[in-house]
Order: sequence, then C-alpha cells, then structure tokens
Amino acid sequence: MSSQYTSQEALKEVDALAAKQQSIYVYEAPVRLWHWVNALAMTVLAVTGYFIAEPLPSTAGEASENYLMGWMRYIHFSAGYVLAIGFLGRIYWAFVGNKHARQIFVLPVWDKDWWKEIVFEAKWYLFLERDPKKYVGHNPLAHLAMFGVFVTGTILMILTGFALYAEGAGQDSLHYALFGWVIVLFGDSMQVHTWHHIGMWVLIIFVMIHVYAAIREDIMSRQTMISTIVNGLRSYKDDRP
Amino acid sequence: MSQGLETFYDVIRRRGVSRRSFLKFCSLTAASLGLGPAAASQMAHAMETKPRIPVIWLHGLECTCCTESFIRSAHPLVSDVLLSMISLDYDDTIMAAAGHQAEAILEETLEAHRGNYILAVEGNPPLAEDGMFCIPGGEPFVNKLKRMASGASAVIAWGSCASWGCVQAAKPNPTQATPIHKVVTDKPVIKVPGCPPIAEVMTGVLTYMLTFDQMPALDRQGRPKMFYSQRIHDKCYRRPHFDAGQFVESWDDDNARKGYCLYKMGCKGPTTYNACSSVQWNDGVSWPIRSGHGCLGCSEEDFWDRGSFYSRLEDIDGFGVEANADEIGMAAAGAVGVGIAAHAAASAVKRVIQKPDSHTRRPHDGSDQA
Repeated sequence: MSSQYTSQEALKEVDALAAKQQSIYVYEAPVRLWHWVNALAMTVLAVTGYFIAEPLPSTAGEASENYLMGWMRYIHFSAGYVLAIGFLGRIYWAFVGNKHARQIFVLPVWDKDWWKEIVFEAKWYLFLERDPKKYVGHNPLAHLAMFGVFVTGTILMILTGFALYAEGAGQDSLHYALFGWVIVLFGDSMQVHTWHHIGMWVLIIFVMIHVYAAIREDIMSRQTMISTIVNGLRSYKDDRP
Repeated sequence: MSQGLETFYDVIRRRGVSRRSFLKFCSLTAASLGLGPAAASQMAHAMETKPRIPVIWLHGLECTCCTESFIRSAHPLVSDVLLSMISLDYDDTIMAAAGHQAEAILEETLEAHRGNYILAVEGNPPLAEDGMFCIPGGEPFVNKLKRMASGASAVIAWGSCASWGCVQAAKPNPTQATPIHKVVTDKPVIKVPGCPPIAEVMTGVLTYMLTFDQMPALDRQGRPKMFYSQRIHDKCYRRPHFDAGQFVESWDDDNARKGYCLYKMGCKGPTTYNACSSVQWNDGVSWPIRSGHGCLGCSEEDFWDRGSFYSRLEDIDGFGVEANADEIGMAAAGAVGVGIAAHAAASAVKRVIQKPDSHTRRPHDGSDQA
C-alpha cells in the first residue's frame, strides 16, 4: 500500500479535503495565552496553597536561616496576582475580542435550543448517543461548566484569596478597603479560609474533568480540541452537518 | 456620690493619688491606646473637667469570667482609676447593695441619666420560652436588657457571650442564647470579644470612651480597631518559626520544647483577631501560645462550633463525623478520578465496538483506499 500511496497522491487528497473542510479561528491569541498562563498559575496556586494549609515537615536549623513557608506564601501570592490580573485581562478581551471570547461569561439561559443541546451532550457523555455533534466554541454542557464552575469558582477564589491577603496586609491597606467586605460576607476569617479550600478542590476537580474531556473529545468528537487551544483553529474531521 | 457631678480627678485626688501619678497614668494610657503624646494632656484635661459617666453593668447568661478579668486589670493604677473613673452604679456581681435596693438603682439611673450612661453587658439573653432561661431579679433578662438599653448612650458587649453567643449559643443552642447586637438594634454596640477579654483591653476601651466622650473606631464587625485590628498570628513571637517552616509536629516532640510554631497543632492564631500576642495576659506574665498551647480562637464567632481546637480547618456539617474542607475535597477528587478512569475505559470500548463507518472515519483510512 505504501508503495502506491505517493506523496503526490497524498497532496491531491489533502487538496480535495481542504475544499470541503474549513478551519474556524475560534480562540484568538490573547485567549490562548491567557489559557496557558492561567493553567500555570492555577497549578502553582494549588500546590503552594496545599502546602500552606498542610506544611511540609519542619526544616532544621535556626529560624533565621530558613524561609520555606515565607517563600511558599510569596509564590502563592505572586501566582494569585498573575491569576487575578489575567482574569481581568480575560474579561477585557471578552469585550473587545471575537464572539467566542465572550462565551464563557454569558449563559444563554433564555435559549430553549441551548438547553436541548445540554441534554444531548449529557446523553453523549452517558453513551446514550451514538454520534456527537459539531460545535464551534464550547459545547453547551462545557459552556455550562465553564461558567458555573470555572468562572464562578475563579471569582470565588480571587475574592476569598484577596480577602485573606488583606487580613495580613492590615485593616488600613488598600486590599482591606477593596476586599474586607468579603470577610464580613462570609462571617469571619475562618469561614473565608474554609471556602478558599473548598474552592481549590472544586477547581482541581474541574481541571481533572476539563483535561479528560478535552482529550476524549479530541479523539472521539468530530472536531479538534487540543490543537485549538494551541493554534486557535477549530478543524472538523468530516463535512457532514 | 453626687449623681455624676464629681470629676474623675476629684475622686483620685481624694483617694490620695498625686497629680504626678495622675499625669503618668494619662500618658501611659494614651500610649497604650496608640494615641501619641498630645492625647495625654487632652486626656488629663478631660478627666479634670468632665463628670464621671455612669456605667450600668448587666449580667445575662455568662460565667463572670469577664468580670474576673476586668478586676484583675494589671496596672494597679489602671484598675484603681477605672473603678473610680466610671461611676459603676450597678453591677450585680460586685456591688454591695442587693435585692430590691440594687434593682432600684437601675430604675434610678435610667431616669436620672437617660441618654448618658453606658450599658455594659456581660453574657447574653436567651430568647427561647420568652426568655425564661435567664431571670435575674424576677424578670427575664431580655426584658431588662432592652429596657436598660433604651436609655443608654452606647452598649458595650463584654466578651464572646455578648459579642457572638459563645458556649451557650453553641449548637444546638437549646435556650436560643442570642448576642447583644441582635437584640439591641437601635444603639451602637461595641463588641469586646474574648473568653474572657483581656483586662487591659476592657479598661482601655472604657478609658477611651470616658475621656474622649466618643466611641472608639470600630472595625467592620464592630470591634474596637485599637485592639482587634490584627490577628494573633500577625504579632506572634513564634511567627519567625512559621515563616521558616518550623512546626511542633506532636505535643511531646523536640520542636515543642524549642518553641516552634503551633500551626500544625491547630493553632487558630491566623484566624483570630485579638491583642493577646501584644498585650499578653496577667501583667504580661504569659499568654496561651507562650505557654506552649495553640490559640483556641476564643474571640472569634462561634468558636465552639468550629470543630476541634487542634485542627486548623473547621468541620463542615453534612459530611459525616469530623470532616474538613480538605478531607472532603480530597475524597471528592479521588471519586472523580475513579469516575474519569471508568468513563475513559467505557469510551475506549465504545470506540472499539462502533462500526468502522462511523463519523470519525477518514476517507483515506477506509476500504475505498485499496
């Protein structure tokens, strides 16, 4: 077979396919950049955050020669700033970017078809549908998770995180002026801590499912997933509707 | 005592305190309140000219640890000064009068000093069964509290009971013990939490109110900023060990003897607003962390209901016995991980079973290739 399948033949086939299949530019460069910076920040935050709550075994020697928890917190706070500023930038891009940049911030709850599509996608994941559908941006179920878990969870983490930071920065700090109300909203410092921990686990679980679903869809669905968040292009594997 | 006409200065001079000592007290108090040197003369002037302000001290559901703390105010002059500075017209625990004679003073003060006296409340009223769980002087405490609060200029909630509810309001709170600010809603309530609050904090708050005739600056939860704006952790002398990552790992280990950080032993210092780590207790003799035990967070809301004193995270209801956010989160992540693995396996099976003419088939990998 390989002897007959020359490079010229391959080129012809690619040309024929290209006539039928088109890629759509979905994720613009700032969105992709934000995605990966955010992914890195979340990883750093989860790891350092966990070790702030459950510190590593004690260091040896004089206290003045060690700064393990200090560094842990410093890295956590820095990554927190990266995440928060990145998130603000991402919101900005939702206004100036293409329509796909807006998707995760708005749920079309008024759209009956959207709800039907959620049911369809749920059935697809439950192996009740034989073939998947094509989507340009996030599929409706992913859209719901992005908004309901990721966006909401990130906002929760930014608010509780900066409120906890404000406690250390002091009541006269700008942080406290901006985020002190969060502590009152949750009741007290302990409650804010608890929700910050819960938020971390919610986002960890989100990431687990997100990565799994992206890989699975890349293999099983009719469109590209992983390359889309690398080069921004959504390509389709067939030309059926 | 002539009703509120005598000044504080008159009283202490009569008691044989020299002017020199009086001025020393003023500068000392000004310094401890963080007010700077100018405030000392302001304070002295106020005490020389202003009549003493009557204070009514009520006791609801409580254990009197606040009073015990208060009368042990460390600096001898402070306690002396305070007890002469305020005209403590009524305090059913430490007053000489008793019975109807004592209760009469309440009504007297309410009439004679309406709008001028400070109501200090130790403990809180139980609201269940029309307040029948606490009846001092033949009357439900909640009624007494509301009546006396109606004529007060301000209300001080002494201790965690009055501020948050404390142990008698812990779950399931059968008597429906309720903190003061939820019962007295039309007067400013100053919360001075702690179980008990530090004596110098109590006297400091009173001194400020009496000398400057105004409320101390309060934080968002209604606590005086001068004593409750920082966490125990922020001023803890073991903080360098925390930053270094040096912890007591078990109560009897070498790290405990070295005085390492008690974070892993469940110290609530990082979530507790109080002045213990700077003011300390019993004239600076010691305080909980200095004596080798973690902070319980006694000045924080509902500290009895937050799970073990020896765990950093609070217990969350509805997830079985003693589960905190991390335990629940880790279990959930594990369950989701198993779910993903199962789903991936089922997906692989689906892919194998599904016929080759399925959607994913590409033109060049089918039979038409041959």
